[in-house]
Amino acid sequence: MTFDVARVRKDFPIFEREVNGHPLVYLDSANTSQKPVQVLDVMRAHQERHNGNVSRSVHTLGTESTEMYEGARARIASFIGAGSPDEVIFTKNSTEAINLVAHSAGQFLALKEGDEIVISEMEHHSNLVPWQLLCERTGATLRWFGITDEGRLDESQLDELVNERTKLVSVAHMSNVLGTINDPARLVQRAREVGALVMLDASQSVPHFAVDVWALGVDFIAFTGHKMLGPTGIGVLWGRFGLLSEMPPFLAGGSMIETVTMARTTYAPPPARFEAGTPPITEAIGLGAAVDYLTGIGMDEIHRHEQEITAYALDQLTAVPGVRIYGPASPHGRGGTVSFGVDGVHPHDVGQVLDALGVEVRVGHHCARPVCVRFAVPAMTRASFYLYTTTDEIDALARGLDQVRKVFG
Amino acid sequence: MMLDALYQDIILDHYKHPHGRGLREQFDGEAHHVNPTCGDEITVRVNQDLSEISYDGLGCSISQASASVLHELLQGKDVHDASEIHHAFVELMQSRGQIEPDEEKLGDGIAFAGVAKFPARVKCALLPWMAFKDAAARAGVEVGASPEVKA
Repeated sequence: MTFDVARVRKDFPIFEREVNGHPLVYLDSANTSQKPVQVLDVMRAHQERHNGNVSRSVHTLGTESTEMYEGARARIASFIGAGSPDEVIFTKNSTEAINLVAHSAGQFLALKEGDEIVISEMEHHSNLVPWQLLCERTGATLRWFGITDEGRLDESQLDELVNERTKLVSVAHMSNVLGTINDPARLVQRAREVGALVMLDASQSVPHFAVDVWALGVDFIAFTGHKMLGPTGIGVLWGRFGLLSEMPPFLAGGSMIETVTMARTTYAPPPARFEAGTPPITEAIGLGAAVDYLTGIGMDEIHRHEQEITAYALDQLTAVPGVRIYGPASPHGRGGTVSFGVDGVHPHDVGQVLDALGVEVRVGHHCARPVCVRFAVPAMTRASFYLYTTTDEIDALARGLDQVRKVFG
Repeated sequence: MMLDALYQDIILDHYKHPHGRGLREQFDGEAHHVNPTCGDEITVRVNQDLSEISYDGLGCSISQASASVLHELLQGKDVHDASEIHHAFVELMQSRGQIEPDEEKLGDGIAFAGVAKFPARVKCALLPWMAFKDAAARAGVEVGASPEVKA
């Protein structure tokens, strides 16, 4: 079956609504995606018919709930090419997944003064601040890759940056601001040479194209449900089982234990070791449904559609006088997230005028302030696309930018 | 159109032709405020007797026009009058558009009545006013109101 964006849109009830008297033009999927009725139905059905706590009930509802929760884990594992569902840890979002690694892998690596962690200048704050804190706690040094003028990861100093002192490298698989897709192949090879671990912040990649953790050759990836048609409150850490099983717990409490005495505790194997407390059950099941939906359409189909939309958007935006695009200028090696500036107009004002026309974009520093600093602007306007984005919506954005120039001209 | 309520000509005029922009060297108190969600920044400097209020910043039309209006309204006022105007502006911004602004007191500030209907932009308008209040406090002057609820 060929990809049909009109048919896809029918699955998303929100596209029936208007915003400020205009049809909704939702261009903020890198922030959070909209939800298809298939996901909403599964979550509602679970709450209405099967609700029970997981992994601790002998009764029927608890058993059904556990089966659905673990079934979601298995489908997510196969979605990313994980070796086993036990490598998939449910967290509340990518941020928590990265903090989990910063704490547990940080402790496992016994970081100390002289050790180095390497990130990049294009990171979301969630893949930056946890490493700053880890370095503060341990005395390790934080270093980072720069960004080229074209918005690519600057790997020219790779061998110097990633060296025998490096213990862990963590970079974005795809930039949430520039749209750049980073191929981690060289970085992974270099990290292996020096014995460093590699983590990818896959928050912007897993929702948009097929990601296979074994093909990538990395040690950890983090992603979040709400950017991939699932609900908020559920994220995923994938890690190599051998590593996870060596790592100490992050949060402690119920579910993560093996045996507890008043004096001490032994811990469950992964993934339970890292899932203290009652997890977001309905949300995990919702994410499983989102994975089913994405798989049903096909990640390659989705990526192809987004590449077409991105090429069209880059053309349309380049044609608007006074618009400057930050990040790769061609659709090659980039995804459907396009940040730009409008000459002489602050992004807040751009976003406000667009909203009045029903066009929803993100403005600000996108939780990646160093990227704005790199390009010497206080903020940017960002349009981001997904499987439901149409060329008509890009046209609405371009018309909106004409209106912006009229108001502030 | 809703946008007209937000982007009144008065606001766009102050944005394009700001009054009193640029930091003076002589001051008794200074404050630098940022809006962490959007990266807007403002620095305000004041003399103890409010005879000089200077500022510089980076930001959207609302925050920058608001700084220009603040300069126009408060520079040279005594502490009592400045405090009254400050209270009136903060109250207007928190009114959600439900109160009629007093033009005699707020001058061009009444143009911001429309901004109060856009909760996401209230903090833009208040940024210079909160920086001013802090700068004055550092100069030893207690002036103005604090917002009851952070926008």
